[in-house]
Amino acid sequence: MIEIFTNNFVIFVLAMFVGFEVISKVPAILHTPLMSGSNAISGITIVGALVVAGLHRGVWSEVLGFLAVVFAMINVAGGYLVTDRMLAMFKRR
Amino acid sequence: MYYFLQWLGPLAQAPVSTAGGAGPLAEAAARGTLATLGINLAYLVAAALFIFGLKMLSHPRTARRGNLLSALGMLIAIVVTLGDRAIVSYWTILAGAVVGAVVGAFLALRVRMTAMPQMVGMLNGFGGLASAVVALAEFIRVYLDPHRDPRLDTLVSIVLSALIGMVTFTGSLTAFGKLEGWKLRGKPLSNPLLLPAHHLVSVLLLLICIGLGVVVTRDYQAALWAVVVLYALAAVLGVLVVVPIGGADMPVVISLLNSYSGLAAMTTGFALDNYCLIISGSLVGASGIILTKIMCDAMNRSLLNVVAGGFGQELTAAGATAAAGKTVRQMDAEEAAMVLESAQKVFVIPGYGMAVAQAQHAVAELGSVLKQRGVELKYGVHPVAGRMPGHMNVLLAEANVPYEQLSDLELNSEMDQCDVALVIGANDVVNPDARRPGSPISGMPIFDVDKARTVMVCKRSLNPGFAGIENPLFFNENTVMLFGDAKKMITQIVAELKQR
Repeated sequence: MIEIFTNNFVIFVLAMFVGFEVISKVPAILHTPLMSGSNAISGITIVGALVVAGLHRGVWSEVLGFLAVVFAMINVAGGYLVTDRMLAMFKRR
Repeated sequence: MYYFLQWLGPLAQAPVSTAGGAGPLAEAAARGTLATLGINLAYLVAAALFIFGLKMLSHPRTARRGNLLSALGMLIAIVVTLGDRAIVSYWTILAGAVVGAVVGAFLALRVRMTAMPQMVGMLNGFGGLASAVVALAEFIRVYLDPHRDPRLDTLVSIVLSALIGMVTFTGSLTAFGKLEGWKLRGKPLSNPLLLPAHHLVSVLLLLICIGLGVVVTRDYQAALWAVVVLYALAAVLGVLVVVPIGGADMPVVISLLNSYSGLAAMTTGFALDNYCLIISGSLVGASGIILTKIMCDAMNRSLLNVVAGGFGQELTAAGATAAAGKTVRQMDAEEAAMVLESAQKVFVIPGYGMAVAQAQHAVAELGSVLKQRGVELKYGVHPVAGRMPGHMNVLLAEANVPYEQLSDLELNSEMDQCDVALVIGANDVVNPDARRPGSPISGMPIFDVDKARTVMVCKRSLNPGFAGIENPLFFNENTVMLFGDAKKMITQIVAELKQR
């Protein structure tokens, strides 16, 4: 039992390190796309939402699953599209 | 309550192993099926694509492809999850996905660039809410399943996900209201609002939430009420946390909520034993923390000081009287054009006022007219200019300003060679008082525009900026004021320059 938590925790700590390493190099002009782009990634919670919505265990799972998928999907679709829209504007001379 | 939920959904006596989200590592070991291994490997690919995508975001040339790569990772994660054996019904998924995608796409394609802070804030909120809802569903599933003995860390993770997710959601809604310019009883919501004993109440609420969390983890079968109350109180807490923070501190708030939305996904990952969620959530959490730190450093204030709020009250009586009796030099568009015409090096310092006046296109046109005349032109963008990190950069990019011309506080090293520093709708980021100890903005890194030969400040009036303190820059001998709407004023200057 404790092994699963340990695994999760190790992954979490390593991922935080990777995050700090990768993102500390983003220049100030790209701060907004970084934020909206990383925000789209936080829509990964859709993976959990999909499982809930697909369980078919009764009204509660249908309702909560539906809501979770809607919210996560707004986050994913909105986040990636708006980031792409912004990045398309950054041009060289 | 238990019976009510049982009535809502007769629990299928499904094999317990498929429960708990999409194919966690440990279950893979237990079941050892090839399918689970495949799912996990696909998640690994998705996580790697997120990391590559974020890395490519660090350069304007590769950024767009990086975002696409990250989106591809998301697509892989979604498709693979749909193949999970725990999923038996696709109708709810389809309906939810279509609704969410349409709403998300509609918002993303319709939003004006000046409204981008609100948009990003709202998207953060939806991410947090989704995580909180998934955590609730996971709790109910555990609650209804008599065969299941959830681990302590699973319950703790559910509680944390509920808390962080709900705070992110209502906090983001509050930030949205502030940025959108909503009013509360006639007063703009963007003003800092401190209720009596505000911080005491907030801390108490947080403690109660933690207490409820302990109740849930001690005996989850008797704690459905505690979970419901926890969600409600966390929602209230989110509002209380953001309400006291003033408009110009929004870059910090938005980055912090960005971080929270990632941390909510991360804790949901712990609850579901899903490492794809843990990795991705942590990446976003880390990115938000870094941005938050950059924003705080750019104001020389601690995160605690920003979150405590109350900063940036309305114009104080003292400030108003101090302004009286001093004289300022004023110019009209024609005179300003004359000065700009003979300049060789011009720095433009935009601020939130440019966004409010929607003046970015006019500013960019002025820039290109000056460029054509052989003027060396650069834009100085302060990290906290505007209402979110990078706000000014996005607006100038929208107006087709090449990103090579965008600079930051590095401009200070060339400020003494600058002929004209043109400040457009910025105030506190050029206030020389920041160099003086004892001022509320002491130590804040600023553009030293007062060291330029001439400073032009395009502004509606002499009102102090957000920090509520007077700006001595306006009364300097080498400063001239261009009073009026930024868009109109700059457009007039462009017209004058074109006639010459």
